[in-house]
Amino acid sequence: METPLTIKETRKGLLDKKFSAVELVDKYLERIDEFKGLNAFLTISDEVAYKEAKEVDKLVETGISKDQYPLLGSVIAHKDLFMTKGIRTTASSKVLESFIPEYSATVVERDKKAGAIMIGKTNCDAWAHGASGENSDFGPTLNPWNKEYVPGGSSSGSATAVASGMSLIASGTDTGGSIRQPANFCGVTGLKPTYGAVSRYGVIAMASSLDSIGCFGHTVSDVETIFDVTKGEDGFDSTVKNANDQKPKDKLKIGIPKEYFLGGLDREVEESVLEVVKVFRSKGVKIVDVTLPNTKYAISVYYIVQPAEVSSNLGRYDGIRYGNSRDSFGAEAKRRIMLGTYVLSAGYYDAYYLKAQKVRSKMIGDFDKVFEKVDALIAPVSPTAAFKLGEKASDPLKMYLADIYTASANLVGIPGLAVPSGFNQSGLPLGFQILGPRFSENTLFALGNMYQEITSYQPKLAFK
Amino acid sequence: MAKLTKVDVLHVAKLAKLDISEKEINKYTEQLAPVINYFSELSEIDTNDVEPTSQTTGLENVFRQDVIKGENCLNQDEAVAGSEKTYNGYFKVKAILSERTDK
Repeated sequence: METPLTIKETRKGLLDKKFSAVELVDKYLERIDEFKGLNAFLTISDEVAYKEAKEVDKLVETGISKDQYPLLGSVIAHKDLFMTKGIRTTASSKVLESFIPEYSATVVERDKKAGAIMIGKTNCDAWAHGASGENSDFGPTLNPWNKEYVPGGSSSGSATAVASGMSLIASGTDTGGSIRQPANFCGVTGLKPTYGAVSRYGVIAMASSLDSIGCFGHTVSDVETIFDVTKGEDGFDSTVKNANDQKPKDKLKIGIPKEYFLGGLDREVEESVLEVVKVFRSKGVKIVDVTLPNTKYAISVYYIVQPAEVSSNLGRYDGIRYGNSRDSFGAEAKRRIMLGTYVLSAGYYDAYYLKAQKVRSKMIGDFDKVFEKVDALIAPVSPTAAFKLGEKASDPLKMYLADIYTASANLVGIPGLAVPSGFNQSGLPLGFQILGPRFSENTLFALGNMYQEITSYQPKLAFK
Repeated sequence: MAKLTKVDVLHVAKLAKLDISEKEINKYTEQLAPVINYFSELSEIDTNDVEPTSQTTGLENVFRQDVIKGENCLNQDEAVAGSEKTYNGYFKVKAILSERTDK
């Protein structure tokens, strides 16, 4: 039996009794075992998975209506930043090496209620600090398309698990690109929702004004389904707002921000994105050039605001109520705590933190202005395809610069959808991102679906 | 803008309650100095009439009824379940005060 590659086919296969949920779990666990060398999982929750699978099989027996359980039987892997009651949750840090939460994140609960089956917890950069997966305290995750390369980060294990068929879908967090960039490096679809669209409750905090809770799947339609299940107020995260479900316009206009195509962009990545633009143009989507003049400052602003919030959020880890002491922080966590403490410290606050917050306002102004003219933007996700393990690990600034095309969306609070667009000459995935105004997810889905329909997109697994 | 020195690194490590070794001080000074230096590009932007942004939701003062929902609370056992060092449902911590010796 081959596992289906979409939520819809999984649901249909179960309801048509082509396979049972227990058989699906068997199959995914086999693949997890087969590819354990990729180091995508930190904990495998096989007992829970079989228990949930049996519940799904019972639902199929008793019969359900077509609107119930939109994730019926979909096997999901949660980034190890999501609290899962009774199942170890580490944030990939030695500080939480043996931490077992007493409650689950809102997203985990909602996925489960929708019929999803949790298979395990995925590896990531510790505390979600990184763009390569190499900052995990439990060893790096490898890119499933070529094990000498990084899968991207920080949601490295989630992207790898989906790309290699170890899980159908996965959760992730995106604070500066941590869903879109690994989705891009692994050839899967990834959504960073609008800040405040999905609850952060029960998700270990990185930078609280930037953290967005999103997901991975093989198709745009799948991430749309997961988003619809997980979004909306929960009474626990007061930054969450129920958005009105705006329908996308019939005639859409896309902007191409010129600052995203300047020096440093790999030629193959650029050509691939321009090819995508052609596809949209061929379907009558109007394309216009736009400008986001403060783009070049995104890294500076992001690496001031984010570590500042990191230093505050990681202040709570004292090893008294749970977890190990602060000596257990890895090198990158320490770097960011110190960087953040520095930019907030007396004498430097105005020059760094306050200044960055003001430039953040200017960036928001840039995007507001552009979105008066266009419905969405298309841009590369990362300046290059996946890079080699170790290539940037010893040079933090070089690693930070990898976030140049993704960090703006977090600073501005807008949604971004990463969509695969083929492979480069070395066989590594390529892709692009669609950015839109706050709460414009439906427009992003419409455009993403349109692209995958026109190109007759067929999801492909690594190690088929 | 200032240049990051070893003294700064030691100072912030202390503020952040991180015990770092001499070797680490050198390493972090070396690695963080170029990052701080990179930030100096921000000084070229005119932000005189710009308000700072701390969050992007536009929400203000989100209220809820001041009532306790039992099912949303951890009981005492659950609240201390993360630590092995407990006593009668309390966390056991090191003493931070010592007995007066001047009496």
